[in-house]
Amino acid sequence: MNILVLTILIWLGSALAGFLGALTGLGGGVVLVPLLTLAFGIDIHYAMGASLVSVIATSSGAAAAFVREGYSNIRIGMFLEIATTAGALLGAFLTTKVSTGAIGVIFGLMLIYSAYVASRPQPEIAPSPKIDPLGASLRMNGSYPTSKGPQSYQVSRVPAGFALMFGAGTLSGLLGIGSGAMKVVAMDQIMKIPFKVSTTTSNFMIGVTAAASAGIYFRRGYIEPGLAMPVMLGVLMGSLLGARVLFRARTHVLRWVFAGVIVALGIQMILHSLTGRL
Amino acid sequence: MNQPQRLTDHSLELMLGSLLRWGVILSAVVVLAGGALYLVQHGMDQPDYHNFHGTQSQLTSVTGTAREAAALHSRGMIQLGLLLLVLTPVARVVLSAAGFLMERDWMYLLITLIVMAVLFYSLTRIH
Repeated sequence: MNILVLTILIWLGSALAGFLGALTGLGGGVVLVPLLTLAFGIDIHYAMGASLVSVIATSSGAAAAFVREGYSNIRIGMFLEIATTAGALLGAFLTTKVSTGAIGVIFGLMLIYSAYVASRPQPEIAPSPKIDPLGASLRMNGSYPTSKGPQSYQVSRVPAGFALMFGAGTLSGLLGIGSGAMKVVAMDQIMKIPFKVSTTTSNFMIGVTAAASAGIYFRRGYIEPGLAMPVMLGVLMGSLLGARVLFRARTHVLRWVFAGVIVALGIQMILHSLTGRL
Repeated sequence: MNQPQRLTDHSLELMLGSLLRWGVILSAVVVLAGGALYLVQHGMDQPDYHNFHGTQSQLTSVTGTAREAAALHSRGMIQLGLLLLVLTPVARVVLSAAGFLMERDWMYLLITLIVMAVLFYSLTRIH
């Protein structure tokens, strides 16, 4: 297979991943590395480099649409980015200390976990009785638009959320992903921030987190232009298209199917890693 | 009391959102131009991504990438586009710092400067 054919196939695969990721809200980034390594036999470090730059493209591309709706909270995002960027540095540093097989196993577990998180129902959470005074001193409390006018919210458990964000950043740097699922869990489940505020703020944070490890990936030669080109362009196009279709599509069944695909890829990643074929 | 500040935050966010979008558009155009040239010149070559040996060393530094792109080498052009993409969220953080400075929010200026320091460390550290 020559470069032209491989580039077209990778572009198509990445566009499909981005499309389904945006349509189902599961993110296309998580399936890119398994797609590139398992289907195309590409070295996992090159795959992680291509995936990481694509994550920056999709999160930045979607940000403009998200902020217009007025859900994202710039202060929560910026404060937690201290944790995610520091974690991302650690994760990127660890990629040379951890064996390829171990990265593959962690990747597989993360895929299964993110499919589990995404397939749960997301009820609008009730205001928490335990409001963290730290959130008020950090001026994180805000409001977001609802059909009944602006609804204010207050944050809980700031230190626990901060710690989980450090973990999300570490996984992002170690695996070349956005780790959006874990960021949403930290805000939505731990800090009791409304779901829509969590998802849009997480999207904002993903690009900054990924940029922190991208510098290290770049210097180490993980970002291979010939490969990252079709991946980045494909995912970007697919996800923008998916976000447009999203408003007109019934995605419930698709979500389950895509979550199933992610679990299957996770199991494949683990099996390939344990048998040394990654 | 909190209302005017939130309004300022929202207009800052709108500005940051469009910065991100234009950054992505610019980088995608550069990557596309370099990619088209790359496929014309190297489309018939055999790929070698199965074993890791790192991208050619000129394309792992900012100055090297800029030099390769200025010489209109296709891989250098793609890499420059990708570098612009990586710098887009960094620009967002820098602009946020300016925004907090204008809002005279010293605590968030400090928080933003910490994030900026981590990003610059990652991008400039010789590894």
